[in-house]
Amino acid sequence: MSLSGAWYLGLAAIVFIIGAIGLLVRRNVLIMFMCIELMLNAANLTFVTFSRMLGDIGGQAVVFFVLVVAAAEVVVGLGIVVTNFRRRATTVADDLDALKG
Amino acid sequence: MVHVAYLMLLLPLAGFLVLLTVGRRVGDPIAGWIGTAAVGGSFVVACIVFAGLLGLPADQRLVVHNYYTWFASGGLSVPVGTQVDPLSMTMCLFITGVSALIHLYSIGYMKADRDYSKFFVYMNLFVFSMLLLVLANNLVLTFVGWEGVGVCSYFLIAFWFERDTAASAGKKAMIYNRIGDAGFLLAIFLIFFKTGTVSYESGPGGGIFGQLSHLGGGTATVVVLLLLLAAAGKSAQIPLFNWLPDAMEGPTPVSALIHAATMVTAGVYLLCRMNPVLHLTAHGMTVIAVIGTATAFVAATIACAQQDIKRVLAFSTVSQIGYMMLAVGSGAYTAAIFLMVMHAFFKALLFLGAGSVIHGLEDEQDLKRMGALRRYMRWTTVTFSIGWLAIIGIPPLSGFWAKGDVLDNAFAHYPGLWVVALLTAVLTAYYMSRLEVLTFGDEPRWDTVGPHGEPAHHTPHEAPLIMLVPLVVLAVLSLFGEVINLPWAHTHSLNSFLAPVFSADQYVDGLTTTRQWVLGLADAVAAVVGAVFAVILWRGAAVDKPAWEPAFLQRVWYWDDAYDLVIGRPSQRLAAFCAWVIDGRIIDGAVNGVAHLAKVTGTAARRLQTGYARNYALGIALGMALLVAFMLSRTWWG
Repeated sequence: MSLSGAWYLGLAAIVFIIGAIGLLVRRNVLIMFMCIELMLNAANLTFVTFSRMLGDIGGQAVVFFVLVVAAAEVVVGLGIVVTNFRRRATTVADDLDALKG
Repeated sequence: MVHVAYLMLLLPLAGFLVLLTVGRRVGDPIAGWIGTAAVGGSFVVACIVFAGLLGLPADQRLVVHNYYTWFASGGLSVPVGTQVDPLSMTMCLFITGVSALIHLYSIGYMKADRDYSKFFVYMNLFVFSMLLLVLANNLVLTFVGWEGVGVCSYFLIAFWFERDTAASAGKKAMIYNRIGDAGFLLAIFLIFFKTGTVSYESGPGGGIFGQLSHLGGGTATVVVLLLLLAAAGKSAQIPLFNWLPDAMEGPTPVSALIHAATMVTAGVYLLCRMNPVLHLTAHGMTVIAVIGTATAFVAATIACAQQDIKRVLAFSTVSQIGYMMLAVGSGAYTAAIFLMVMHAFFKALLFLGAGSVIHGLEDEQDLKRMGALRRYMRWTTVTFSIGWLAIIGIPPLSGFWAKGDVLDNAFAHYPGLWVVALLTAVLTAYYMSRLEVLTFGDEPRWDTVGPHGEPAHHTPHEAPLIMLVPLVVLAVLSLFGEVINLPWAHTHSLNSFLAPVFSADQYVDGLTTTRQWVLGLADAVAAVVGAVFAVILWRGAAVDKPAWEPAFLQRVWYWDDAYDLVIGRPSQRLAAFCAWVIDGRIIDGAVNGVAHLAKVTGTAARRLQTGYARNYALGIALGMALLVAFMLSRTWWG
C-alpha cells in the first residue's frame, strides 16, 4: 500500500508549522536553530513529494542545494552562537538586542 | 594730432596699474609723483589734441575713432571708441588740468597717510573713468565711465573707512547714485529701442542725433526726464542731492576734485551732450530749469547755516550745479559749460584752500573754531579770498561773467526763475562771505578750549610749498579764466568753439543792449549786498547767532529726516518683516518643518526595531501568511 502525495504534503506542513512556532516562541538560540532546520526539511519534503508526483527530478536536485545551504548556515550560525556565548555567557536570543532602535 | 586722444585715457590707466602693482612698495612720496605725472602727461596730451582740433576747420571738428567692437548682438553694436569734439575737448582740458593740480596738492596733503599709495591708485582710476565718460562716442561707454567715477567716488569718500561716518557716507553716495543710474539705463534702453543705436553721432544712420525723428514728442520728454534723473543723482540735484554734503567725509583733495570740480558736473555734461534731444522737448527743458533753480536756492539757504567749512562748500557746489542746470534748461549750453569750467577753477581753489586751513589747524573743520587765520596763513588767505570773490560774482573775476551768463539766459526764458536765481546769488554772497569772515577775519577762536570741551589748537602753520603751488595756479585761473568767454565781439571764443556741438544753442551773450547792462549790474549789486550784509553780521567775537542759523536750515530742510521717515523707516520695517516673519517663520519654518517631520516619523518608526529576532521572524511569518492567504483567495474566488 502506498500513501498518496497529500499525506506527505500534510506532514511537511505540520513540520513547518512546528518549526515556525518553535522559532517564534523559544528563546534559546540553539533550539531556534533546530526549528529552522525543521522548516528547511519540511520544505525539502515538499520538494521531494512534488518531484515524485510530477515525475520531475528537478525537485530532488533542489533538495541537495538546500541541504548544502543549510549546512553552511549551521556552520556560520553556530560559530556566531559560540562566539557570542564566550563574550556574554548566554544563549538566550532576547538578550541579543544590541540592534534595538 | 587729434588721433593721439587715446593716450589721454591710457596714461591715467597706466598710472593706475603701475600704482596698483608697485605703489605700496615705492610709497610716499614717489607713488604720489607717479600719479601726478600720469595725469600731468594726460593734460599735455590734451593740449596737443586741442591744438590739433583747432587746426581743423570749425565744421570738421568731430573726430571719431572706433578701436574695436565691445559687443554686438542683433541690431545692437557697442564700439569702444572716442569722440573728440569741442565739448569733450573742453571737458578733457579742465579735467586733466585741475586733476593734475589736485594730484600735486595731494602729494603734500596726504603725506604720512597710512594708505598713501592707495589714494593715488583711486585718483588715477578716477581720472581715467572721467575721461572715458567724456570721450566715449556712445552712451554705453559713457555709462561705463559714469559707473567708474561712481565707484571711485565711493572708494574715496569711504577712504578713511575705519571712521563709521565715512563708511556710511560712502554707502549713501553709492545708493543715491544707483537711483540716478537706473534712470540712465532706462534712457539708454529707450533710445536704443527707438533709434536702434547708442552712438551719439557716428555709425550707421548718423547715430542718435541723426535719427531724432524717431524720438518724437513724448519719447523725447521721457528720455530727457530719465537723463535728468541720472544727472540729479550724479550732479546732486533735487531730489537726490543729499549724498554730496556727506561725501565731505573723504579727504579734502577728493572733495575738491571729484565732489566739486569734475565728477559732479558729469550730469550737466550728459545733458549738454544730448542737447539735440533736449531741444525736442520744451517741457523737459522747463523741468530741468525748475529743478536746477530749486536746487540752487535750497542748497544756498542750507549753506547759510552750516558750521563745517567743507559742508558749506559742499552745499555751495550743489547750488552752483543748480545754476548749470538752469542754464541747460534755458537752452544756454555754452553758459552751463562756461560756469562748469570756471566753477572747477574756483571751487577747486576754495576746497584746496579749505584743505590747507584744515591741515594748518590740526584737522579742525568747525568754522566757529577758526578765525584770524590771515595772520598765519598768508598765501592761503590771499588765494582763498580770490576764490571767494570769484564765486560770489564780484566783477571782473571769473564767477561774475560765468554766473552773469547763466542769469542773462535765465532772464530771457524764465523771468520767474531768474528772480529766484538772483536771490540765490545774494545768498551765495552771504554764505561765502560768512565763511571767509569766520575763517580768516577777526580774532582767533582756536586758541581756547571750545564750548564742548574741544582742546585748544597750536598756532596754525602755512601749508607746504607743494600745496601752495596749485592754490596759486587756480587763483590765477579764477582771476583770469573768464577771458575764454567775455561778452564782447571776438572775445566769446568758448561760444564759437562750442557752436558746432550745440547746434540748438539759444545762448545769448554780449553787452549790446541796455537790458544786459542792467542785468550785469544787478548781478554785481546782488553780490555786494550779500557780502556786505554777511561781513557786518559776522564780524566781531560773537559767533553764536542761533537766529541766523535756524535748525530748519542746519538740518537741511529736514530733507534727510523726511527720507528717513518716508523711505528709511518703512524699508527697515519691511526688512525686519522679511527677516523675522518671511524668512524666520515661513522659509525657516518650511525647512525646519521638513526636518521635524522626518524626526517624528523616525521616532515613531524606531519602535519597530526591537532588536528581538523573534519579532522579525514573526513579521516574516505574518507576511508569508498574508501572501499565502492572498494566493489562496485568488485560487478560490478568482
